[in-house]
Amino acid sequence: MDGYQLPLRLAALGFLTVVIQIAAVSQVTVFGVSVDLSPLVVASVGLLAGSLPGAVFGFAVGLFVDVALVQTLGVTSLLFIAIGYWAGRLRELRDPAHGLTPLAVGAAATAFATIGFSLMQFMLGVRAPVSWLLLRQVVVTILIGTLLALPIYALVRRVVQGSLPDDPRRRRRRAYTTGGLSPLQRPSAGR
Amino acid sequence: MYDKQVRRRRAVLVLLVVVSLILLTAYFGESAGSPLHSVQRGVVTVLSPIQEGASRALKPVRDLFGWFGDTARAKKERDQLKAQRDRLLEQVVGYQVALQENDELHRVLALDDSNGLDAYDKRTVRVIGRPPNNLLLDRLQVDAGSSAGVRVGNPVIADGGLVGHVSFVASDSSFVTLVTDPSSSVSVKVLDTAGDTGLLKPSVGDPLDLLVQLLPRHARVRQEDVVVTGGFRTTRLESLYPPNIPIGRVTKADPEELASDQQVHVAPIADLRHLDFVQILVGPTGSDGERAQVGP
Repeated sequence: MDGYQLPLRLAALGFLTVVIQIAAVSQVTVFGVSVDLSPLVVASVGLLAGSLPGAVFGFAVGLFVDVALVQTLGVTSLLFIAIGYWAGRLRELRDPAHGLTPLAVGAAATAFATIGFSLMQFMLGVRAPVSWLLLRQVVVTILIGTLLALPIYALVRRVVQGSLPDDPRRRRRRAYTTGGLSPLQRPSAGR
Repeated sequence: MYDKQVRRRRAVLVLLVVVSLILLTAYFGESAGSPLHSVQRGVVTVLSPIQEGASRALKPVRDLFGWFGDTARAKKERDQLKAQRDRLLEQVVGYQVALQENDELHRVLALDDSNGLDAYDKRTVRVIGRPPNNLLLDRLQVDAGSSAGVRVGNPVIADGGLVGHVSFVASDSSFVTLVTDPSSSVSVKVLDTAGDTGLLKPSVGDPLDLLVQLLPRHARVRQEDVVVTGGFRTTRLESLYPPNIPIGRVTKADPEELASDQQVHVAPIADLRHLDFVQILVGPTGSDGERAQVGP
């Protein structure tokens, strides 16, 4: 049963995110743009759960967004797969411990989602010239996404807490800081 | 063990990307009645009651966040409206005389008013959803669909002004493409001295700044002139929108811009960013002829 905890929690999180996004958050505009929570949630899941859950969660949320908003299927999925996967790889390769990491990841995720969506729409034939005003709105969207990144990350961490798989790197680091010896401090076997 | 994990991760990633690309390609090439669109319609039908419930439940939260912006905007609007009221009071007397004359002339000429809004059945519907990205796709979802008689192409109004048209219909909900969507083009008439006609399109990046394009270079359009739907009709095609629905007021009519780009700037009458209810114009009864939208 424990193995199903994370997928079940992520499914509930994804469903609620999209419904709340469409029914409430998108209808509130700040400086003329709507806040988009979904890339922030996908990036947070990637950061907390890893690249594979991040990519799968990104695909599912993206597909749900495309279906619920009657958009071209696959566009948002593609973008969110990349966001979830890259956020997860960052955790797996760098294991960033800085408290502001979610802020940077949130900013990058919002930028990637906003610019990527615009580019995909242009490629799919939306006839709209790029203007300074459009760029200004993209920048405002990224700024708002950045501001919301930390609270969203904290919320997602609270939801998935307790159901995350053990991370050996974190376990190892905890061991050093609580009195255990790091491999550098231990007497070498070869010495 | 590590290699196996890496291979598994890469395989799943490639699989997800391939599935997304297949969906994208298949959906893009499909017509509106094809399987993927039908699945989408089915999911929207299932989701719309949930979204409607969430929309109602979260309205206080929306209102709370909207309050700050609304207060600042309301103060600015109050000052503008005071000035506008004073100007309008002067015009009212003149218009009343013109209206009387118009009625008399209508009676004399026995003009047909069948393309007026009276011929339409107005369905008041609740806005239950909106896409997060309104820069390139400006639409909203409402809680009435084909079961309420809504059809693709029905005009939508709110606050006495044009909002857009119905672009997708499920059984219990539908999507409205706003006049501020980049794909939207509306044939319009400016109520200036000459009644100049043009094409209304949103300004890219600032969708609430609408542009009336293709105006005559020497059109005598002035600030505060009202812009209404043109509602053209040919032997085969008819505009999506009936004539004379107010759309907005001219906010900037620069003679130099008019001479070079043949365009003026218009602010919509309907508050397109704060809509809770809109009205869909269904009908007129028996008019199932071909309708067209100018542009894409």
